[in-house]
Amino acid sequence: MIRSVRRAGKPRRVAGVGAIAVLALSGCSPSGPGSSSGPEGAGVTGTVTVFAAASLKETFTELGERFETKHPGTEVTLSFGGSDALAAGINNGAPADVFAAAGTKAMRLVTDEGNTAGRPSTFVRNRLQIATAPGNPLGIGSLDDLTASGLKVVLCDETVPCGTAAQTALTAGGVGLTPASYEQDVKSALTKVELKEADAALVYRTDVRAAGDKVEGVEFPESAEAVNDYPIARLENAPNPSAAKAFVELVQSPEGRKVLDGAGFLKP
Amino acid sequence: MTTGQEASRKTRPRTPGRGVPLALLAPALLGLAFLLVPLLALLLRAPWRSLPEQLTSPGVWEALRLSLLCATTATALSLVVGVPLAWLLARTDFPGRGLVRALVTLPLVLPPVVGGVALLLALGRNGVVGQWLDAWFGITLPFTTAGVVLAETFVAMPFLVISVEGTLRAADPRYEEAATTLGASRFTAFRRVTLQLIAPGIAAGAVLAWARALGEFGATITFAGNFPGRTQTMPLAVYLALQNDPAAAIALSLVLLAVSIAVLAGLRDRWMRTA
Repeated sequence: MIRSVRRAGKPRRVAGVGAIAVLALSGCSPSGPGSSSGPEGAGVTGTVTVFAAASLKETFTELGERFETKHPGTEVTLSFGGSDALAAGINNGAPADVFAAAGTKAMRLVTDEGNTAGRPSTFVRNRLQIATAPGNPLGIGSLDDLTASGLKVVLCDETVPCGTAAQTALTAGGVGLTPASYEQDVKSALTKVELKEADAALVYRTDVRAAGDKVEGVEFPESAEAVNDYPIARLENAPNPSAAKAFVELVQSPEGRKVLDGAGFLKP
Repeated sequence: MTTGQEASRKTRPRTPGRGVPLALLAPALLGLAFLLVPLLALLLRAPWRSLPEQLTSPGVWEALRLSLLCATTATALSLVVGVPLAWLLARTDFPGRGLVRALVTLPLVLPPVVGGVALLLALGRNGVVGQWLDAWFGITLPFTTAGVVLAETFVAMPFLVISVEGTLRAADPRYEEAATTLGASRFTAFRRVTLQLIAPGIAAGAVLAWARALGEFGATITFAGNFPGRTQTMPLAVYLALQNDPAAAIALSLVLLAVSIAVLAGLRDRWMRTA
């Protein structure tokens, strides 16, 4: 379930080797390239591998491109998937530098094993919206409307963060809802609405935004009870610690914030 | 399917005094180990202590019942349309037969998730055919048990068709020709002669299709969704349990493994020895 996006930076290999040679010759790096990263990430080079929650696909792809432009000679490898699956991968030794999860629970799996370097920090938050067909033809305006008979609603399965959030919101609103299906991740739930197989789904507002005019988002007050924190952390066994640090800095910089804001994420 | 070898081993004695060449033995054993070690690992890492507790949850049996029901129905459906399709491919000549044959086998190579999306586009509420099913008969297939059966049939039927077609090609067509010469219609010849001849091939194909349907995941979750008791088959339950409770996932896998072995072993004794 892990999709990998790899972009080839053109002269990276040569540049990378050159940079390492310079570092070695100058002897300024007693403990590897990790300690040599300056304030603007000087000396950042090579490949940085980022494991990120599926809901970060659009924003982190954009941030990855910006990172490569900022640090010539670097290559960002992004791996998107369910947060828990990614956490399991990291705990089983996947060679990742940075982990960004869609919930604190998945991050805790990694911190509990001592696999993060330093404390994870929340960089954005996300909340749910009701996704409906464009123009909201059935006039859905609240969680209660979803219980109308004959309405096909899909939720995320409770084993994934968006499903936990959906259940919290439904409980908060005192709404008893029997969905048509518990989907395996948020994008599958959204797809069912895009294909008009389902009339509505509870998904993140960022997913609604990313889907453009294929779905319409309806805000509902109970979503405030089920806000997801997105933590990010460098990893203890990162093959490229200096680049990991620079990438996390970019995500938390005003520039990174702007990209995330634009996608509909909330400030932490 | 080892039906052929099984039979030939019994009828033809092994040539004595000839050892198995190492160049064949070594890769053969490696292949065997490669297939068996993961299953062994499943047994070794199984949460034996908490197993009774895991297996008494009603959700497990609900998923198993649904899996068996859907796989069996899908196999029956595959037989009804798959055997005639195999006959058409093996015994008749029409332009573009090679292409049709390739198209029939397409679901074998297609990722099942793509199959599920294709089914949604065809038979979904808004699909090419599905919108008429909904408008005329009020039938919608996604998110229903019938949807699970269709998804499994889509993925499993090619196995049956290929298997039966192979058997048909190997069977001597002269028996059918003799029957038609003696006045039987082509359908009677098919029913009374051909079907008897290829019965073992049909059985083998059906078992293969059933096994494939039982393990089906991608097309099912994409087309039929996931709802306990209605569309959540064992593979879906295993996948979702794996997200946050690996022990439960292993327990579910063991059940599926045990059922598969029991059924395959049972059928092998009953049908395949006759091959």
